[in-house]
Amino acid sequence: MAEERRQKQCSVILPTESMKAMAESVGVGQLQEESCVAISEEVSYRIKEIAQDALKFMHHGKRRKLTTSDIDNALKLKNVEPLYGFQSQEFIPFRFASGGGRELHFYEEREVDLSDIINTPLPRVPLDVSLKAHWLSIEGVQPAIPENPPPAPKEQQKAESTEPLKVAKPGQEEEAAIQGKSQGATAADGKGKEKGLIRLKPRSTHELSVEQQLYYKEITEACVGSCEAKRAEALQSIATDPGLYQMLPRFSTFISEGVRVNVVQNNLALLIYLMRMVKALMDNPTLYLEKYLHELIPAVVTCIVSKQLCLRPDVDNHWALRDFAARLMAQSCKTFSTTTNNIQSRITKTFTKSWLDDKTQWTTRYGCIAGLAELGPDVIKTLILPRLTVEGARIKAVMEGPVVSNIDKIGADHVQSLLLKHCASVIAKIRPQPDNVEQYRTDYGYLGPMLCSHVMKARTQAALQAQQVNRTTLTITQPRPTLSVSQSGLSGSTGPRTPSIIKVPSSLTLMSPRPGTPSQPSPPATKYIVMATSAGTATTQQVITLSSSQSASPVTSTVPSATSTLQPLVKLESGSGPGLTGSRPLQKYIVVSLPSSASSSLEPKSSVIPTSISSTSLEAGMKMERSESPGASTQSPH
Amino acid sequence: MAAVQGGLVDADEDKDIKTEASNDSWGNNNANDGRLLSPSPGSSASAGSNKSAAGASEEQQTLLAVLQFLRKNKLTESVEILRREAGLPEDSLEPKGAESSGAGSGGASGGVDLEGGDASSLLSRVTASSTAGAQAPTKVAAGEDQPDVNVVLSAYSQQGDPALYEVYYSGLKRFIESVLDCHRAELSQVFYPLFVHMYLELVYNNHESEAKAFFEKFSGDQECYYEDDLRVLSSLTKKEHMRGNETLLDFRTSKFVLRISRDSYQLLKRHLQERQNNQIWNIIQEHLYIDIFDGMPRSKSQIDAMSGSLAGEAKREANKAKVYYGLLKEPEIELPLDDEDEEAENEEGKPKKKKPKKDSLGSKSKKQDPNAPSQNRIPLPELKDSDKLDKIMYMKEATKRIRLGPDNLPSICFYSFLNAYQGLTAVDFTDDSSLIAGGFADSTVRVWSVTPKKLRKVKSAADLNLIDKESDDVLERIMDEKTASESKILCGHSGPVYGISFSPDRNYLLSSSEDGTVRLWSLQTFTCLVGYKGHNYPVWDTQFSPHGYYFVSGGHDRVARLWATDHYQPLRMFSGHLADVTCTRFHPNSNYVATGSSDRTIRLWDVLNGNCVRIFTGHKGPIHALAFSPNGKFLASGATDGRVLLWDIGHGLMVGELKGHTDTIYSLRFSRDGEILASGSMDNTVRLWDATKAFDDLETDDFTAATGHIHLQDNSQELLLGTYMTKSTPVIHLHFTRRNLLLAAGAYNP
Repeated sequence: MAEERRQKQCSVILPTESMKAMAESVGVGQLQEESCVAISEEVSYRIKEIAQDALKFMHHGKRRKLTTSDIDNALKLKNVEPLYGFQSQEFIPFRFASGGGRELHFYEEREVDLSDIINTPLPRVPLDVSLKAHWLSIEGVQPAIPENPPPAPKEQQKAESTEPLKVAKPGQEEEAAIQGKSQGATAADGKGKEKGLIRLKPRSTHELSVEQQLYYKEITEACVGSCEAKRAEALQSIATDPGLYQMLPRFSTFISEGVRVNVVQNNLALLIYLMRMVKALMDNPTLYLEKYLHELIPAVVTCIVSKQLCLRPDVDNHWALRDFAARLMAQSCKTFSTTTNNIQSRITKTFTKSWLDDKTQWTTRYGCIAGLAELGPDVIKTLILPRLTVEGARIKAVMEGPVVSNIDKIGADHVQSLLLKHCASVIAKIRPQPDNVEQYRTDYGYLGPMLCSHVMKARTQAALQAQQVNRTTLTITQPRPTLSVSQSGLSGSTGPRTPSIIKVPSSLTLMSPRPGTPSQPSPPATKYIVMATSAGTATTQQVITLSSSQSASPVTSTVPSATSTLQPLVKLESGSGPGLTGSRPLQKYIVVSLPSSASSSLEPKSSVIPTSISSTSLEAGMKMERSESPGASTQSPH
Repeated sequence: MAAVQGGLVDADEDKDIKTEASNDSWGNNNANDGRLLSPSPGSSASAGSNKSAAGASEEQQTLLAVLQFLRKNKLTESVEILRREAGLPEDSLEPKGAESSGAGSGGASGGVDLEGGDASSLLSRVTASSTAGAQAPTKVAAGEDQPDVNVVLSAYSQQGDPALYEVYYSGLKRFIESVLDCHRAELSQVFYPLFVHMYLELVYNNHESEAKAFFEKFSGDQECYYEDDLRVLSSLTKKEHMRGNETLLDFRTSKFVLRISRDSYQLLKRHLQERQNNQIWNIIQEHLYIDIFDGMPRSKSQIDAMSGSLAGEAKREANKAKVYYGLLKEPEIELPLDDEDEEAENEEGKPKKKKPKKDSLGSKSKKQDPNAPSQNRIPLPELKDSDKLDKIMYMKEATKRIRLGPDNLPSICFYSFLNAYQGLTAVDFTDDSSLIAGGFADSTVRVWSVTPKKLRKVKSAADLNLIDKESDDVLERIMDEKTASESKILCGHSGPVYGISFSPDRNYLLSSSEDGTVRLWSLQTFTCLVGYKGHNYPVWDTQFSPHGYYFVSGGHDRVARLWATDHYQPLRMFSGHLADVTCTRFHPNSNYVATGSSDRTIRLWDVLNGNCVRIFTGHKGPIHALAFSPNGKFLASGATDGRVLLWDIGHGLMVGELKGHTDTIYSLRFSRDGEILASGSMDNTVRLWDATKAFDDLETDDFTAATGHIHLQDNSQELLLGTYMTKSTPVIHLHFTRRNLLLAAGAYNP
């Protein structure tokens, strides 16, 4: 410490060159070296003196930053004319120039054309000083309002979760004790006082105020509800609100429970919503999720590798969900993986293990590969590339062998495109230039030729642009646009199966399949949920045709596919068809269009056209009950 | 710059000189100065006028004679002003380097002068400008006219071998390190003052490189709380710098006070005498004041708690005077209003519950506190009717006051100033918390109403004539509805406003500013009533007395002044601080004023006679916040070092230390009943401390008071009741409402 201080105090003196330069600038040439030394010593001393006085003004101005006005005031104290013209509140950029053996730091004064100043429109008048009051503390407890800092700063959350022992040490013990005390004052918590004897880690209470409960309810409902606008708002709130710390455990349970239930029910849309919630939580700069990973990671992994995520694996685009979840997984690995919890290696092990298993289904296989691929090029290089030949052979068996099932074929197809997509860029980087198809075939087997063309494409693209695979994090990339329409159909062919996943009686009745007598004054409207994505690059308009079973008159709507990454939400409400009796209530079609990424290269088959779906083949009104009965938060963990 | 000094010019000699004198140059004069001691009656006017008619130079003569006279009478300020106005350069009067070389050249005046003449002629610009006749008075004058600074500094002129300084110092260091542990801590106190004085001696005697080496070798050993002073010291490397450096001047003029037990002192004395170490012994004799006490030597922590100020600890005698810290008797107020109130209460079916309470209150105040000053020790203003009404309001509110305590913390309402662009410099609330005022760096003062009642001006004189003066609501009628607004701006200062204070009756507002004035504003008309000029330098703080009428101000000129609103000149000047007076507070009984300073001491002044009755040392940085406990017994102080210190006024002792803040504390306030101390700081937190516990069972017997053997418990963490962080708002003011709600204020600093 003494060393340090001595360093600081060694007297710094302005260089004599500066003196010379300054003398020249006022017309004194040929200053003697001795005079320079004498002057610079004197000037240095005076400058220090003035700086010390200026500090006084800073202290009394209740600031931490020394300003030019402080210097002016200090000069005034010494009866010296202040320096005029330095009004800047901000950092003054000094410029550096050297030349003629001299180095100069100077403040650039630009020439300003007066007419420019006169002609530019007046800047906005700065806001006037105003006074605003808020509660910093109410009877010793700081309320969690936006005016106050978040109750537990991220660093503290991090410290608590990564180094739990440290929290109990004296430094923070005081705070804990205070918290115990203040909570003791409100909640009459007796435990806080016994702490003198046994050093316990304070129980962190997660009691929610009424407002927070309301907020929680609103947010969760909006997140899994049907209104996309509301959902966007809710997710925005989760991603930015600083006061969610208290609610975090609840959100975490909500998500994990929600995934558990909806995987069983194969409710793709809800799974997507829940994953988006995870994403939003991770994006929140004030939250540190480490403590809740034990709930979140299984949920996310489920969404990656589950055998079946949707009711109609051949049509529904569960691939997008797998991709999205894989990306989430990669992100959490990046953020939270430490040497103690080993998240990344554990996750990698899980993925590889199930990938290596021959009996693994194509869906899971896809998930594993996606999960691994998102972990970065290194993982691809060490884990995926060596297995390309084996995987190629397997794909070949499905593609070219006897037709086993359509689903397998689709799966293999997806796996193939996934492998091509991820491997191509990595291979392009590690393989030397001449791309020989034959060479590729020998190296990678069945996938070789296709890889070769992809690699070449990647190379040209890299040459063209600086290869910005810029994925907008909030969007879900889908290899192909698919339409999935779920409808609680009329036909008896669906059988007695209740489409509802949700255990709310009211919604059950709402959504139970109806015998299709038009004359019956059945109150519930039939609902269609259309999950659609449009290829960002497609210039054609997608036509979604929905044929409702009752009326048998198709409701056609045109979804303009914009090139923007975020598709607008489209809501269709069709009136009753011509065949309907007047007693039928309006039918509501809700089309949720999932945004797709703009990168066309990822979607080789973007020409797949929206399918027109006959309602008879569909069943299971998905999560529509939510929109009907928002009060029933079916998956709420409490 | 043309030289202005023509050597000695007499009317008779004018002719001799004028041929060449006009070309005088700086260098020549310096050459002359060294020997000639030029502040002579003859040192003359500007170069041009040398040639001019005798009349002009006669004028100069008289001017200089006046200057001489002023000098002799030590009216240095007047000299300065006159000199400036006459356009004479500084050097024309100052005996530059006279003292230093005095030893050599002082003796033979004639010879020296001849020499001087030779030198000048060699330089071929100036004729030997003096005659024997002129010289004699010159000498005398020079002898008498040493300006203050040089008197002070000349004490350093004793010469020792510069090379030996290091040896002496390290010898002493070795000795002190080898003594018994119990003495070591005490004797170590000697290091810092010795180090500074030895360094200054070296610098003064022009041993620049030795001084530097000395500094580098030993500055690291000094206590870390002297760092700021060492930084000042390190920049000072030339004798010329010493002149005009206030810090140094202070260090020299005031003896550094050390408190050492008799045993330790004997030890030191014996050592120095054995070693014949006169150099050090001289410094100790001349520049240090060693306060010897009988008893146990103090421990390191006890010493550290008390040291840190610019001039050592306070002498024990300094804190011996009796301080009447008790509260004044509350005037008894007969309340017709209160009767109504009681009637109303009776109607509500609460029969006379209030009455006994009132009586007890009354009887309490009737008992004369032995520590209270007599009621008329300081003449206080008579209570007006409106004041009585306010007192009634106060009492009513007081009955609704929340009893605070560790289990019952106050709510805090935070007033953020938005869009202040770092310009908020001071805040004050009225006692009834109805108004808030902010002082800004842009020289304005703004007043807000925090109640729905808007701020209105009184009507103009012409309009006032029109109203019916007999009507009951005349006080309402005089107000101009058209001017109603939530805030008003007061413009008048010409520099940042650093201090602000409402009068207790809410009719006036005081503001102190960088421009050196304190202004009194009317809150009826929202105009400036008086500008009190007296401080020539920035005024850092001002505060109204709790009884109104008086106010105190303190500023960069190191003086605190007591004023009465109806006098344009100060009633008392409290001088003694060695650096800026940074904050000022009135004792609740208005008989005392506490001031905090950049010299890291707190002083308590008696308003009656202007004496300094207490000096509290222990802070390690400039003090920026002071607060008296409501019972008047204790004082809390906060400084840039982030610590709050608690003082027992009666015994003159430090009784507590509250650690926790990490930046300057700008605001301290006791709750209305004194149970809670709130502190607000630059580190964006408000902290609450258990004041009751802090003042419980203190060891304040006379022995500790006499020797300074204080035992501070390190119990800050137990006393800390709460920490409340703002988002990004330094807390610069705190205020407890009459019902014990805590109000805080600061400027949001995005």
